[in-house]
Amino acid sequence: MKTLRHVFLGAVLLLLYAPIFVMIVFSFNSANSTSIFEGFSLRWYENLFLYGGDLFDALRNTLTLALLSSVVSTVLGTVTAVGIFKMRSKYLKSTVMSVTNIPMMNPEVVTGISMMLMFVFIGRILNVANSVNFATILIAHITFCLPYVILNVLPKLKQTDEHLTEAAMDLGCSPFQAFFKAVLPSITPGIIVGFIMSFTLSLDDFVISYFTNGTYQTLPLLIYSMTRKPMKPDVYALESIMFIIILVLMILLNIIQSDDNKAKGVRK
Amino acid sequence: MNKKSVNLFLNAPYVVWAVLFIIVPLIFVAYYAFTTADGVFTFSNIATFFTSDTYMTVFWRSMLYAFWATAISLIIGYPFAYCMTKLGAPGQRMMMLLVMLPMLMNLIVRTYSWQQILERNGLINTLFSSLGLPAVQFLGNGAVIVFGMVYNYLPFMILPIYSVMSKLDNSLIEASNDLGCNVFGTMRRIIFPMSLPGILSGITMVFVPCVSTFYISRQFSDGNIKMIGDIIEDKFYRSSVPDYNIGATISLVLMVIILISLAIANKFSDDGVESGGVII
Repeated sequence: MKTLRHVFLGAVLLLLYAPIFVMIVFSFNSANSTSIFEGFSLRWYENLFLYGGDLFDALRNTLTLALLSSVVSTVLGTVTAVGIFKMRSKYLKSTVMSVTNIPMMNPEVVTGISMMLMFVFIGRILNVANSVNFATILIAHITFCLPYVILNVLPKLKQTDEHLTEAAMDLGCSPFQAFFKAVLPSITPGIIVGFIMSFTLSLDDFVISYFTNGTYQTLPLLIYSMTRKPMKPDVYALESIMFIIILVLMILLNIIQSDDNKAKGVRK
Repeated sequence: MNKKSVNLFLNAPYVVWAVLFIIVPLIFVAYYAFTTADGVFTFSNIATFFTSDTYMTVFWRSMLYAFWATAISLIIGYPFAYCMTKLGAPGQRMMMLLVMLPMLMNLIVRTYSWQQILERNGLINTLFSSLGLPAVQFLGNGAVIVFGMVYNYLPFMILPIYSVMSKLDNSLIEASNDLGCNVFGTMRRIIFPMSLPGILSGITMVFVPCVSTFYISRQFSDGNIKMIGDIIEDKFYRSSVPDYNIGATISLVLMVIILISLAIANKFSDDGVESGGVII
């Protein structure tokens, strides 16, 4: 029974990793092909670093966008989570939460198009030529990242002792100090998880960017335009490097979360 | 500052943001769907959509493919989540990581990579021919599109089911065994009913992206088999004369369908949306 379970888990994982495995193998291909392997070489990595200017420009754009949108959505999302947590009116709270869920539940195509329609319409009224540009893609990314921050910070706030703030204030803290010294440390794990989630989501987003980018080229968009004709393995090389980076980020996230769980265990 | 103004200060930025960038854009979708290109109010876009054979074929095809992809994901994902809970704590954390990781990789590159594997001159057919087997045409049919969707969205099924199952109280299972249930009885009476919220949130999280997908179908069928997402993209970007009004109409229909299916799913579980949100 146990071996059967392990075989099943392994088989499904094999399915999930087959294309990634193929991608990594072919990034070391000596031939100019992503389907016939001729021999091992580092040629595409070399090529990437010597001539991959377009790819690196797009990567830099992607990282700039991911960093900006995740920082803004983490700050705004955390403030909002505290605000929602303090809301007295149940009705108001559930309304705000329902609206927060919309970007997560709506198909990405619809979210992307709804924003594009608004930006184009406003652009037409104001008579602006480039109504979709860096600002619009940034707004779009912040909007779809926000719910993930809010929904990661909110449960942490619920877990903190409600008397913590009062205790801090009794000991002479101002409400502001009480928040930063007593509440913030205990919700930090949620904030970090929200930040990393926003960052990776923004990094990988294709559909919403596709409709709101204007001329701002991100890596997924560039790769999309490249797949219309046979792609060269240098894209695979870049994606293999990205895979390693994301792997490290995820392991980091995992460590933070398990440390957090351990800390909880001690408190009990 | 009194309490009320502090609250206002904390909530106001987000409320303004949400209205401007979540609510208002959706109003624009409705606006374009119910107007002509000149901005005159009309129902004709909706009528066109529901009476056109082309649109209706694509519409039912998307529903059917999304249904199959969701069903197959459930059939694979449920036992997978169950097997995961049987591992030790480090094993479970490791599995979580392994399931989430492919999801974070570029969808386009992964799909392209599958295409290279399945192509007529692809890896599998190369393997077949070296074994003396005839080449198989994998791409270009509905089944391979469903396969592509299952591959892409399976983690969205596994994770919510796993997260509910892993919180299941073990003493319940022991109690059921003590009271004479065999493995299947325990499965049917305890584990399955208790994991229902996870199943429902998994179903919605797979069905929603599947029904609106627009890259996989084109790439796996060379553009011959279209889904709703593909025709929306066509209307905005690919056709020589972009038609925002019909495009917005199709988006609106898609959104309404999804809202209805979410409402149905929420009726069955009160925390469906919330648990779905925390998991991703």
